[in-house]
Amino acid sequence: MLRRRLNRLFGGDEKRVDSRTIYVGNRPCPATETFIPPKFCDNRIVSSKYTIWNFLPKNLFEQFRRIANFYFLIIFLVQVIVDTPTSPVTSGLPLFFVITVTAIKQGYEDWLRHKADSEVNKYPVRVLEDGQPARKDSEKIKVGDIVEVVEDETFPCDLILLQSSRDDDTCFVTTASLDGESNHKTHYTVPDMEKDLQSLSATIECEQPQPDLYKFVGRMHIYKPEHDPAVRSLGPENLLLKGATLKNTKKIYGVAVYTGMETKMALNYQGKSQKRSAVEKSINAFLLVYLCILISKAVVCTTLKYVWQSQDGQDEPWYNQKTEKEKGTILYVKMFTDFLSFMVLFNFIIPVSMYVTVEMQKFLGSFFITWDRDFFDPEIEEGALVNTSDLNEELGQVEYVFTDKTGTLTQNNMEFIECCIDGFQYTAFSSELDSFCVTDGPVSTFQEKAGREKEELFLRALCLCHTVQVKEAGPDELGGDQVDGPASEPLRPAEQRGFIASSPDEVALVKGAMRYGFTFLGLESKTMKIKNWQNDVEEYELLHVLNFDPVRRRMSVIVRSKSGDTLLFCKGADSSIFPRVRPEEVERIRMHVQRSATEGYRTLCVAYKRLSVDEYAAADAGLREARLALQDREEKLMAVYNQVETAMSLIGATAVEDRLQEEAAQTMEALQGAGMKVWVLTGDKMETAKSTCYACRLFRRSTELLELTVRTLESGGRRREEMLHDLLFDFHRKAVQDAPPARAGVNRSWSSANPEYGFIVDGAALALVMNPSPDTNCSRYRSLFLQICQNCTAVLCCRMAPLQKAQIVKMVKNSKGSPITLSIGDGANDVSMILEAHVGIGVKGKEGRQAVRNSDYAIPKLKHLRKLLLAHGHLYYIRIAHLVQYFFYKNLCFILPQFLYQFFCGCSQQPLYDAAYLTMYNICFTSMPILAYSLLEQQIAIEVLLDNATLYRDIAKNAMLRWGPFLYWTVLAVFQGLIFFFGVKYLFSNPALQDNGQVFGNWSYGTIVFTVLVFTVTLKLALDTRHWTWINHFVIWGSLAFYVVFSFFWGGIIWPFLKQQRLYFVFFNMLSSVSAWLVIILLIVLSLLPDILLGVLRKPRGPHTQQIAVVTPLSYKHLREHY
Amino acid sequence: MKAGPSRTNRPDNTAFTQQRLPAWQPILSAGIVIPGFTLIGLAFIGVGVALFVTSQKITDLEIDYTGVAATSPCFKCTSFAAENCMCQMEFTLTTLFEGPVFFYYGLTSYYQNFRTYGVSKDGYQLSGDTYYFNNPQDSCAPYQYDSNNNPIVPCGSIANSMFSDTFQLYQVVNGMKKQVPLDGKGIAWWTDYNIKYSNPALVNGSFANAFSGTVKPVNWSKPVYELDPTDQANNGFLNQNFLVWMRQAALPKFQKLYGRIAEGDYAQGLPAGNYTLLINYSYPVISFGGTKKVVLSNVSWMGGKNQFLGIAYLVIGSLCIVMAMVMLIIYAKYKFTDDDEDM
Repeated sequence: MLRRRLNRLFGGDEKRVDSRTIYVGNRPCPATETFIPPKFCDNRIVSSKYTIWNFLPKNLFEQFRRIANFYFLIIFLVQVIVDTPTSPVTSGLPLFFVITVTAIKQGYEDWLRHKADSEVNKYPVRVLEDGQPARKDSEKIKVGDIVEVVEDETFPCDLILLQSSRDDDTCFVTTASLDGESNHKTHYTVPDMEKDLQSLSATIECEQPQPDLYKFVGRMHIYKPEHDPAVRSLGPENLLLKGATLKNTKKIYGVAVYTGMETKMALNYQGKSQKRSAVEKSINAFLLVYLCILISKAVVCTTLKYVWQSQDGQDEPWYNQKTEKEKGTILYVKMFTDFLSFMVLFNFIIPVSMYVTVEMQKFLGSFFITWDRDFFDPEIEEGALVNTSDLNEELGQVEYVFTDKTGTLTQNNMEFIECCIDGFQYTAFSSELDSFCVTDGPVSTFQEKAGREKEELFLRALCLCHTVQVKEAGPDELGGDQVDGPASEPLRPAEQRGFIASSPDEVALVKGAMRYGFTFLGLESKTMKIKNWQNDVEEYELLHVLNFDPVRRRMSVIVRSKSGDTLLFCKGADSSIFPRVRPEEVERIRMHVQRSATEGYRTLCVAYKRLSVDEYAAADAGLREARLALQDREEKLMAVYNQVETAMSLIGATAVEDRLQEEAAQTMEALQGAGMKVWVLTGDKMETAKSTCYACRLFRRSTELLELTVRTLESGGRRREEMLHDLLFDFHRKAVQDAPPARAGVNRSWSSANPEYGFIVDGAALALVMNPSPDTNCSRYRSLFLQICQNCTAVLCCRMAPLQKAQIVKMVKNSKGSPITLSIGDGANDVSMILEAHVGIGVKGKEGRQAVRNSDYAIPKLKHLRKLLLAHGHLYYIRIAHLVQYFFYKNLCFILPQFLYQFFCGCSQQPLYDAAYLTMYNICFTSMPILAYSLLEQQIAIEVLLDNATLYRDIAKNAMLRWGPFLYWTVLAVFQGLIFFFGVKYLFSNPALQDNGQVFGNWSYGTIVFTVLVFTVTLKLALDTRHWTWINHFVIWGSLAFYVVFSFFWGGIIWPFLKQQRLYFVFFNMLSSVSAWLVIILLIVLSLLPDILLGVLRKPRGPHTQQIAVVTPLSYKHLREHY
Repeated sequence: MKAGPSRTNRPDNTAFTQQRLPAWQPILSAGIVIPGFTLIGLAFIGVGVALFVTSQKITDLEIDYTGVAATSPCFKCTSFAAENCMCQMEFTLTTLFEGPVFFYYGLTSYYQNFRTYGVSKDGYQLSGDTYYFNNPQDSCAPYQYDSNNNPIVPCGSIANSMFSDTFQLYQVVNGMKKQVPLDGKGIAWWTDYNIKYSNPALVNGSFANAFSGTVKPVNWSKPVYELDPTDQANNGFLNQNFLVWMRQAALPKFQKLYGRIAEGDYAQGLPAGNYTLLINYSYPVISFGGTKKVVLSNVSWMGGKNQFLGIAYLVIGSLCIVMAMVMLIIYAKYKFTDDDEDM
């Protein structure tokens, strides 16, 4: 930790150099005369905050940085130093308790982090030493080490691929845990690598670590004894990232270039900053108000004291002579100490116990999330997990939801749903009936069906037109393979066949064909084998693959059948296929495609073309030539592709579903109904993401899409920047200026008259918006962009790098009104946005535990988000808001009489209450009922909350902790405090309150006030409690009983350790006075009257009065039943 | 804070963990509140009437004897030179002052509730612990030791400033003064007298010896063991006037019980007639602008005369009734509109 800091401080030289030089294998190179092993950071991952040695000072420092703790420390010190009315123990003990508990909690959490770190750091890896792989801990890897990684292992650091066990010098990796893409990516070894790594003598020059996952620039110098050094350029295709997993490759060797905290994954992993909830901010604001009240009280009292003392004979009446010490003190020092004494006397207005109670409430309250059986997922046998309890109430305040797509909205599990051949629709088959179509032919929903030839052609096209590889998997590998989504077919143990492809759709299509009876057997030396309905194996020679790219949005293969026919099969998006086929075929299919698309399926059209010998020859020549071109290769290829893929005939269309998570659409609808804006941030392709958005009902048919992507930016043929400028202004006009001002509380489904906008942006466009070229107006674009986003019902951001996701979250988080954001995701690529958002939710998905570990809350499924927010969040918010207000309230009316008493005791800091009462008030007498309330209260039943998402809007924007409610509570407290004090004061105009004529003293006065106080604040809470479980009954009545018993006990014994038995029998005597009883009853009733009155007169308001009338506690319904 | 259940364990399905504890959900509806308010109102008015009537029946008589005005008989005693000054106040009762009559003295602008004043005593000393006779606690400063460094018993400001005026009440019967006996017992809290305070054990059979080595408070004219030489049970720390004084008053205007008139001829009260109050005036209050008074009062079950409680009960009671009526009216109106909406 320290070392890193130092590096950052003194490591300027390292920063200044743009590149780093790595000696492969850490061996000196002939080119450099002196070999100085360069210093890089080791491969340790450090996420813990403390070590054993710095824990105490650092933790204490951090705790006292909290304004409240610091304040209590100051009060404590004042009490120790200055002669104050109350003993230092009264504030020292609670403070010590709070600090200790917090330190233990934080220490424990850090210990868990240490454990997790060491799990990663001690993970065994094999490093090549003297040609032999040696086992090492992961943290021991140095930059330059050659590391061996076997299949299904994750890379321990960023590696340059040197050697692969595959023949073609490639390896497959999946970066699911980095960017969420679960497909297999091909990475290449450094070209012309020698086989013998031991004798390899090379250096790598590469850029300094940077977080962009897709960028890497480097050069490798290979030295051979008798040759000139060879230089190879290195790109991202040579770099294997830490966190990615090796797939379908037995073994690779790579040289470590970035290690530890410098890997791209670690750089994308932002430091876990302490998240503070909005409630805590409110508390701090209120605290400031109360601090002002406190200081002004102390100032008023100090001033009055000296004004009063300036009168004749009042400074030092003969009966109360000053001590020598007092006489010797300078006036200003005296005034200052008096001020401090008043501060101490009134400091209970900001009770340390509130922090304890809030912490306890959060800690204990979070158990209800982990205990909730609705969050239990039988599949993974786990329930919800709470990593931090500080944010419970924030769950009730969410305004923006940022969700990952892959694995969160969708199951990342493609399934073939239906197809349409020659205009006839073939519905989906359920997986149970997978083999029905072999002999009968496909069942059609329509009575007629397409001709058999067409069907066969269509299925052949599905089987041939792809880049899927077949992987024979042993049964034991089946389960593990599932991690990556596609792969095996568990229902068919007979054909344990895994498919590997760069896109899960292709696998789904191949599997779909297999279900219809056409099985793809594999590709062997340019020959594709398929098994047809007759169980014959057909062989096709694969001539060319016309790769998929997002601009063309289609791919083709050219094959030659056994019979010598040359066929081109093409599949692609409808928009790219329809113009290239004969128009008369289009109409029949278009209808089906559109219908499928509305269902949220991903549709592809399939076309074919028979190539004559001449045509093929021309195409072949064109393709070969283009592939060899050194310049503009892409463009040339594109031209040939376009040339070849024309005049095809349409065979049919397919519909594939990326299965949504259970209840994804309902969840999204509920969230939107609750007034939250849902943004989808994904690293995935735009088409895929868009269809998911449709499926989740985030986009609807009526939604007008505003697209700000590379495609639209480049479509105009102008510079991107200009296009960006135009589009932004155009969209802004549409979505912001022309839109009627959004009214709060209007559900989108009710406002269907207004056009709905959906906004789509991709990573590249976002980068342009965020970091435009210097000549453009950066902040202007940003604000335009933000305004557009905020006016759209749903926003889709695709092709996002992890940090870009965080950037978006950050932008929204810091926008006007600082809305509360929530991020939900399941992969390591979501970690940065999970950390950035106010609330981070991890889905316990398939892509590892990274997101879960960094999240604040983890749930097994997306659907659980609904209950988490609508029910738990809502309740937690109400509970804690009430808790906070109540705490301030009860302490204001606790201290106000004490303040008022100063006017009647010559401002001498005489406490009104006994020290025991001062200390116990917040700790014992009034703490348990509010704690029980804040854990158990359900003003609205959970079922009702779940059914009426709109209820969530009632508490939006911190509704219960704004200045209005705060003022109400404060006024109430002042009112009650005045009543307590003056009621008793008028009673004491004649202190002879017993029938034997004996008089009461000041401690009786205080005890009567205190009794009224304890009963009033407790009964006030009882009035607010709408959900009386036995626990509430127990603590509320128990607290009152405890107060009485304690008072008897405290006043019934001569306590040897007390200097003065102030309260001795005061309580007994009070109870023996009828007047005291009567005044207590009177004052309690009077104090509670306004609250009861307001409660009854408060009419249920708002648009959903009718719905919640049943549950609104203060309704007139019952009156009507009554009469 | 890994609060999660263990991997294989499904969360317990108990009412508590699932937040489904059976609960009473009271609704504070008008149907409860209106009758409730009415009942409370009626009860309060009843209590208020009882209190008010009781308080009205209590008679009290205040006699200010500070002597600020030159015409006051006690004016002569206000000068600093006056020592052992006696003055007498005359008053006339036209009707029987019903007994038992309680005799209070009252002070104003006297802050017994000063913080430094309030802590200036030694509880251990006052409970008869002789160790503290020689070592009074620091809280007693500046009345911890006298100028010769002798420990003061009882130490501290409260004891030092004990009320020192004494009173004698005479009824003038046929020109002759007949003393009205003032019973100085039973005026302090029972627990103060019996438990909280106690005298030191006798030393060599002498009470005074127990206090040897200590000096009396500076302002006192006689040591604590001579407070009531006639009655050992009322002497020393157990002197009831001392105990009454030691219980600090809550407010700067206060009265303290001095004695009861419950004996002999006056057990039924003070008959109508002329009375003379003879005051041994020694307690200075003018310097801080205070006043002194004597209050004669009888008490009831609610204590001394205090109109506040009765009036407050009557006001709050009527308020409740009024609010109940207002609510009823609002409700009636509201019900109409509500029905319109519903049907």
